[in-house]
Amino acid sequence: MSQQLLNDITTRDYPYGFTSNIETEVAPKGLSEDVIRMISKKKNEPEFMLEFRLKAYRHWLTLTEPKWPNVTYPEINFQDIHYYAAPKAPKKKLESLDDVDPELLKTFEKLGIPLTEQKKLANVAVDAIFDSVSVATTYKDKLLKAGVVFCPLSEAVEKYPDIVKKYLGSVVPHTDNFYAALNAAVFSEGSFVYLPKNTVSPMELSTYFRINTEESGQFERTLIVCEENSYVSYLEGCTAPKFDTNQLHAAVVELVTLDNAEIKYSTVQNWFSGDPVTGKGGIYNFVTKRGKCLGKNSKISWTQIETGSAITWKYPSCVLIGDNSIGEFYSVALTNHFQQADTGTKMIHIGKNTKSTIVSKGISAGKSHNTYRGLVQMNKSAHHANNFTQCDSMLIGNACSANTFPTIDVKNGSSTVGHEATTVKISEDQIFYFQQRGISMEDAMATIINGFCKDVFKELPTEFAVEATQLLGLKLENSVG
Amino acid sequence: MLEIKNLHAKINDTPILKGISLTIKPGEVHAIMGPNGSGKSTLSKVISGHPAYDVTSGEVLFEGQNILELDPDVRARLGLFLAFQYPVEIPGVHNAGFLRMAYNARRKENGQEEVDPMEFDELIRSKLNLVEMEPDFLERAVNQGFSGGEKKRNEILQMLVLEPKLAFLDETDSGLDIDALRIVSKAVNAYKKPEVGIVLVTHYQRLLNYIVPDVVHVMANGVIIKSGDKSLALALEEKGYEWLL
Ligand SMILES: Nc1ncnc2c1ncn2[C@@H]1O[C@H](COP(=O)(O)OP(=O)(O)O)[C@@H](O)[C@H]1O
Ligand SMILES: [Mg+2]
Repeated sequence: MSQQLLNDITTRDYPYGFTSNIETEVAPKGLSEDVIRMISKKKNEPEFMLEFRLKAYRHWLTLTEPKWPNVTYPEINFQDIHYYAAPKAPKKKLESLDDVDPELLKTFEKLGIPLTEQKKLANVAVDAIFDSVSVATTYKDKLLKAGVVFCPLSEAVEKYPDIVKKYLGSVVPHTDNFYAALNAAVFSEGSFVYLPKNTVSPMELSTYFRINTEESGQFERTLIVCEENSYVSYLEGCTAPKFDTNQLHAAVVELVTLDNAEIKYSTVQNWFSGDPVTGKGGIYNFVTKRGKCLGKNSKISWTQIETGSAITWKYPSCVLIGDNSIGEFYSVALTNHFQQADTGTKMIHIGKNTKSTIVSKGISAGKSHNTYRGLVQMNKSAHHANNFTQCDSMLIGNACSANTFPTIDVKNGSSTVGHEATTVKISEDQIFYFQQRGISMEDAMATIINGFCKDVFKELPTEFAVEATQLLGLKLENSVG
Repeated sequence: MLEIKNLHAKINDTPILKGISLTIKPGEVHAIMGPNGSGKSTLSKVISGHPAYDVTSGEVLFEGQNILELDPDVRARLGLFLAFQYPVEIPGVHNAGFLRMAYNARRKENGQEEVDPMEFDELIRSKLNLVEMEPDFLERAVNQGFSGGEKKRNEILQMLVLEPKLAFLDETDSGLDIDALRIVSKAVNAYKKPEVGIVLVTHYQRLLNYIVPDVVHVMANGVIIKSGDKSLALALEEKGYEWLL
């Protein structure tokens, strides 16, 4: 490695680092029962939701921050965060896009997510969330015709209270962990997807999260329920402006599948990851994502491309309850500069013949730390259950580190568990080989990464696969020294 | 076409090249010989822009243009090619895809349309025959698990596809058995043309029986200590390098 190039590491600017000048209504900093009551009131929530929040809050007060993840950061002052921030809403309800602040629409357009009727993405329905509220949801009517409910969670609380009551907190209870409790207390927005029996979504669904307000937290909560024989593919994307301070993003995602249902959940996470040179700022991404395969032959598949955030701490997991149910986790986690990631999955096998696949690709560059942490658990009842895990690390340069902590817990002798792991290093000589053949460094990087990640990329909806490849290439530009 | 003037270069503060001057004209074949560690590979990597080396003084002009400030891929697209002494393995990257990408990068530079995999497949078939390689060889990852001889033949295949103006072949003959040596030499000779310059870095006279050089240089300790015609190589074969040192 040549020191010179290492020192030369220049960074491409984070293209989504702009702030939008939008009149915003924010709750005063800090957390208390009053703040929670205020959030609940702002959202016009029924009593059961307020109860849900307060119960979680009271529990949260008894908890302390988890210290076991392999990441370090200064103590978070939870009283120094705004728990609610929303673009000032017009008095009347948003009935159509015409009621939406044009500045907001412009913001999303700049992010590559046009929402207006003329420009909206073909074949992808988008729910656009700005700070704590949903700005717009496209193709709502077309989806409803097909039987698919796709709307902001707050709207679901109003229109589908029974479903929300039944499933909210049923996969990730507020007692699950510190951040899940915090989220349950203060969550402000998120997406709700509901497919009744025998419904196949006619298009991809997608939620796009944007944090805009400095020192605000984003605590969204997503709930997807797929009843018997239904199928949906859902993608979330995220960006945030550049600030010197850190912002907390503590989301909860809950998925439920009944008999023969399938949910495919993909994430392309590109939150601002902090200043490349000083490491200042960036998002703390502390997220709890879990799916419950309740029904027989049901399937939940997580695909994640994690490229942003100062710190990522998340383990999208599957609880395989229904016999023959399938859980999948395909992950690319890339860290560069001062980023830290502790991510992986849990596959909890309960039903018979349940099957899980884990493919994790960790890419570390710069001075970053990248940890894979996984649990495969075969319960007593999990007869003939099967897991396969492939866990690969790629190191770029000499200053980064990668760890893997796979835990396997087998309580049923008829189940099988397989694990493979490799570590590779991208060398200066490899990049030079490409360049000597006339291929630019960016293309070289993208090609090598693509080769390394192809088993994960092929799981992404095609609309996003190309984008993901390019994103990784950009993130790693000039990082081989 | 290539003019090297008093070139000095170092790696990690160790000076390796200590004043190399060399001129190569279109159509010429030059051989560079010399003991291990004399700086032959370093010279070829410095010319092609390997980032590990620092040029401390001197100039390298390619077709009149100083190329030392150019990125390696830009130099390559100008028509500079290096067949590596130790081609690196690139796991996960498809050999044919890699070659096509390199080919298209060149075409793009020349304002030509990129070729798709089908067209490329056709184009590469005749070149494969020239180096006597099986097509399934293209389906593997770049250099991964290739034998020494396969790696060298792959380098020559790349040269044939990319059609450089100036090709450095760094010990392409090392580790080849006699049949492979004959195949590689035949391919290089087939590529020889009036507008192309070729530099052969080698230890062995035997390669020069197949590809006859116009000029032979002997390098030692970072400088060229003697240049001559092909008889110099024969003299070296007979007397060894000590004779000159
Ligand atoms: N990374 C390095 N650090 C210090 N010296 C090096 C390094 N790489 C090569 N060298 C030295 O440079 C000299 C020239 O090497 P090289 O150009 O490979 O010679 P040749 O190709 O003529 O055998 C050798 O003495 C070698 O030890
Ligand atoms: Mg050498």
